[in-house]
Amino acid sequence: MDEPAFRRIARFVSPVDRGFAAVVYGGSALFAVLIVGLFIELVLGSWPSLRAFGPSFIWKSAWDPVASKFGALPMIYGTVVTSFIAILLASFVGIMAAVFLADFAPRWIAAPLSFLIELLAAVPSVVYGLWGLFVLAPLVRTTIGPVLQHLLGWTPLFAGPIYGVGLLTAGIILALMIVPTVTAISRDVIAAIPRDLREASMALGSTKWETATRVVLPAARVGIFGACVLGLGRALGETIAVTMVIGNRPEISASLFAPSYTLASVIANEFTEATSAVYISALIELGLILFVVSIVVNAVARLMIWSVRGSRA
Amino acid sequence: MFGSLTRGCAALVIAAVMALPAAAATQLTGAGSSFDYPFFSKAFYVYSQKNPDVTVNYQSIGSGGGIAQFTAKNVDFGATDVPMNAQELQRAGQPVLQIPVALGGAAIAYNLPGVSATIKLTRQTLADIYLGKITKWNDPQIARANHGVKLPDTAIVVVHRSDGSGTSYIFTDFLSHVSGEWKSRVGVGKSVSWPAPSAVGAKGNEGVAGQIRSTPGAIGYVELAYVVENHMPAVTLQNSAGKWVACSEATVAAAAADKPHVSPTDFSIVDAPGANSYPVAGFSWVVVYKKPADSGRARMLYDVLSWLVSSAGQENAKSLDYVPLPRSIQASALSTLKQMQH
Repeated sequence: MDEPAFRRIARFVSPVDRGFAAVVYGGSALFAVLIVGLFIELVLGSWPSLRAFGPSFIWKSAWDPVASKFGALPMIYGTVVTSFIAILLASFVGIMAAVFLADFAPRWIAAPLSFLIELLAAVPSVVYGLWGLFVLAPLVRTTIGPVLQHLLGWTPLFAGPIYGVGLLTAGIILALMIVPTVTAISRDVIAAIPRDLREASMALGSTKWETATRVVLPAARVGIFGACVLGLGRALGETIAVTMVIGNRPEISASLFAPSYTLASVIANEFTEATSAVYISALIELGLILFVVSIVVNAVARLMIWSVRGSRA
Repeated sequence: MFGSLTRGCAALVIAAVMALPAAAATQLTGAGSSFDYPFFSKAFYVYSQKNPDVTVNYQSIGSGGGIAQFTAKNVDFGATDVPMNAQELQRAGQPVLQIPVALGGAAIAYNLPGVSATIKLTRQTLADIYLGKITKWNDPQIARANHGVKLPDTAIVVVHRSDGSGTSYIFTDFLSHVSGEWKSRVGVGKSVSWPAPSAVGAKGNEGVAGQIRSTPGAIGYVELAYVVENHMPAVTLQNSAGKWVACSEATVAAAAADKPHVSPTDFSIVDAPGANSYPVAGFSWVVVYKKPADSGRARMLYDVLSWLVSSAGQENAKSLDYVPLPRSIQASALSTLKQMQH
């Protein structure tokens, strides 16, 4: 009596299971198809430029649409430097905030604060950009810049005229934009560290501070690293906010106060009015380079995570 | 069973009835220049209030995109800040008419705290500033044109549009006309390689205006409407007749009126010769096929565009701080449009 019922249930459930499996596999395959398709499309679109300029496109620094001379180096530099500034600032602030929220803050502070941080992630980037242009850039020009120059002006990083817009301002805006991601994920990772570890550490006489920095953070480092990589991914591709505060000058300068340019910004600025075939193709090739840079950054991060895991095991 | 069928039929009938008025109006589509967008959205709205059988859907995707969509015949008309060149016309595959529809001027706005007098600049001085040869506001060249004004030792920050734009085209066209060095070193374009070491690019008119307002010592070109609406100080330029002119509706219209027979191959009105002409001005253009495939739509398109270039249509430009086309240009635009076959 029981057995046929089981069988009936098994027969009844299995098509649903099969359907579910198909959806799951299909969903995952879709990502692979999208990425490969994107890559192929970018290569096809940038073919005229690839043929005209060859590999020198990557290390030439002229960007002159009138003379049809194109080189991507200043934009690669601007993209990497702004993202680096952003992740440097955001990871420090974000991890500290995550430790506070997970281990130190009382519940009545932690809950609303977490909510506010997640709300920051939902602010549209154009709002960050406008705030950057009208509030942060003047602040950098009148206060932050001169102070940094006074303290560190002897290094080429903080020398030269301060325009307000530039690498540093763009880096700070990006940091603000990715800090919610870094904080929220790091907090969840830290919260997931077993209580036993904390209790054991406390039982050995460590202070709360020692427990957080020497026990919890090292245990959570792989997850925190992942949070930073996610943030970095957003920083590399962020377009509108950066365009509004970076100064849009295709030039490499050692000073962080100097205007610069990013790959995504050039595309946003010039794609709509680009008319000649080589020009459009050069812009698409910038997209291809951004794609490759993102893959390389993610791959390096993945390798670092593996090596961290390996050393722990 | 029958109940649901009846309900389905009723829904269909209601949907059909509701769709009727929409089906009666023909929708013409256009795409291109973002400079034209505020003007077009207002003008086409006014037009379809008067002519309920036609609506015009205009997509502000940029001139390059507009030409591409027009060439692919996805839209009835394109709009571009610079007329299609020979190569683009060839790609279109059949005869194209290019009609001036809007007139704009670029004002040279600046931010110089402590100076209340309006700064005067000669054409050569402006070119030298953008070439990076003049870097301080108290440079002798600037001082010579501004007797009695105490100029500060502030560094000049040159601001330009970072996005490809018709305004940049007009401005670089002007600089190429007045400076041989600019013409050979930089040239004319919607995006160029800006030579001044202090050059900063900002996105859109609002970006340039914002950058100038927040940077002491900044100078930059913005569409006339932005200077008017934001009450920004703008320089008085010396024109080729040697007179000092401010950017205004009247002086830009005067520049256009200096050249009544503007054509897609000879369209530049920068550095106009008239005494009252402002030197940094230009047209925006609509492109249509001489012989559109659908003659019914062609007739409607002809009606819309001939209204747009008439005084009635241009009135809508005026209310948005564009400069209405002078009568002579209206007439030449209309005569070009008359070649359309419908």
